[in-house]
Amino acid sequence: MRELKTVGRGDADAMAAQAAARFHDLAAERGLVDVAYAVVPSPVGDLIVATTRRGLVRIGFPTEAPQDVVEELSVLLSPRVLEAPAKLDEVRRELDEYFEGRRTRFEVPVDMSLTRGFTRKVLQATARIPFGSVSTYRDVARKAGNDRAYRAAGNALGSNPIPIVVPCHRVLHSGGGLGGYGGGLGVKRFLLDLEHAL
Amino acid sequence: MITLPPFEAFLEEHRTPVYRLLHAMVGPQAAEDCFQETFLSALRAYPRLPRDANHRAWVMRIATNKAFDHLRAAKRRAVPVAEVPEQPVADPELDGEPELWRAVRSLPPLQRAAVVQRYVFDLTYAEVGSALGCSEEAARANAYEGRRKLRKAMADA
Repeated sequence: MRELKTVGRGDADAMAAQAAARFHDLAAERGLVDVAYAVVPSPVGDLIVATTRRGLVRIGFPTEAPQDVVEELSVLLSPRVLEAPAKLDEVRRELDEYFEGRRTRFEVPVDMSLTRGFTRKVLQATARIPFGSVSTYRDVARKAGNDRAYRAAGNALGSNPIPIVVPCHRVLHSGGGLGGYGGGLGVKRFLLDLEHAL
Repeated sequence: MITLPPFEAFLEEHRTPVYRLLHAMVGPQAAEDCFQETFLSALRAYPRLPRDANHRAWVMRIATNKAFDHLRAAKRRAVPVAEVPEQPVADPELDGEPELWRAVRSLPPLQRAAVVQRYVFDLTYAEVGSALGCSEEAARANAYEGRRKLRKAMADA
């Protein structure tokens, strides 16, 4: 029965790919996707953006391999991770408007489940820094409840799972230095320029 | 630590074998529906799948069950028609030999499933048995009987 083994291999790949594409929509419609993600182009490169039922949970810069981000979401949140761009339409629209200079605050719900404890407090304080202004590591540490923990605040900001929307780019050194940035300092400068913050 | 792959990767890895199994079992038209049902079921149960389970065998078993469900339902729905259409409806076939696939689908479901899993996917008889929910001996017997009928059908053609 050797002929059985070889027949149907070529077209089956294409037909299976089409069926799988329809499956993505169907799974999202049925509410079976715990984490939906999409790749969103932006002026700072392709962003990988992910949402849970609660809200936006992750934005990854091009400095991170998309596959690693998907893997991380699978391990930390749920293995029911699927690419489902329709679930990210709202986020994509707000990001587009932000990069076009037509949006100064994000309204999509945010899911902070990738953060804990002091880190979450630092990021919540950071989320309140308005568009166009800047703050310091010491200041967000103080607002998070420990004004001496500015180094820990720096680490917390470095692990921000939702950059841009939780605007860690608005936090600088007390002396005025830019500090660090997960997406690279060029991106930090770009975002601050976009907001005319410096 | 071994962890479950993201479902996106699971789908990517298993979609083609699942599609080929279903195509062989239920034909091109119903394969699409059975494919969706298979992966919806898999997605529902996925977080509870043991990490060290054989993922391929697991999803093939789901697909086999969906194919059997479909074949049972099709049998129930079948009603005699007064006139048989003269021209057969054109079936989009996968590349390869359409006569052979038609012969495969004329086998009784268990023989069909056993033949496809043994000779298309190279599963062992123990694995075929576990996918079909029968013993290794029964899997062997069904594959043997199916292959004998196929040989005969192809020789007659």
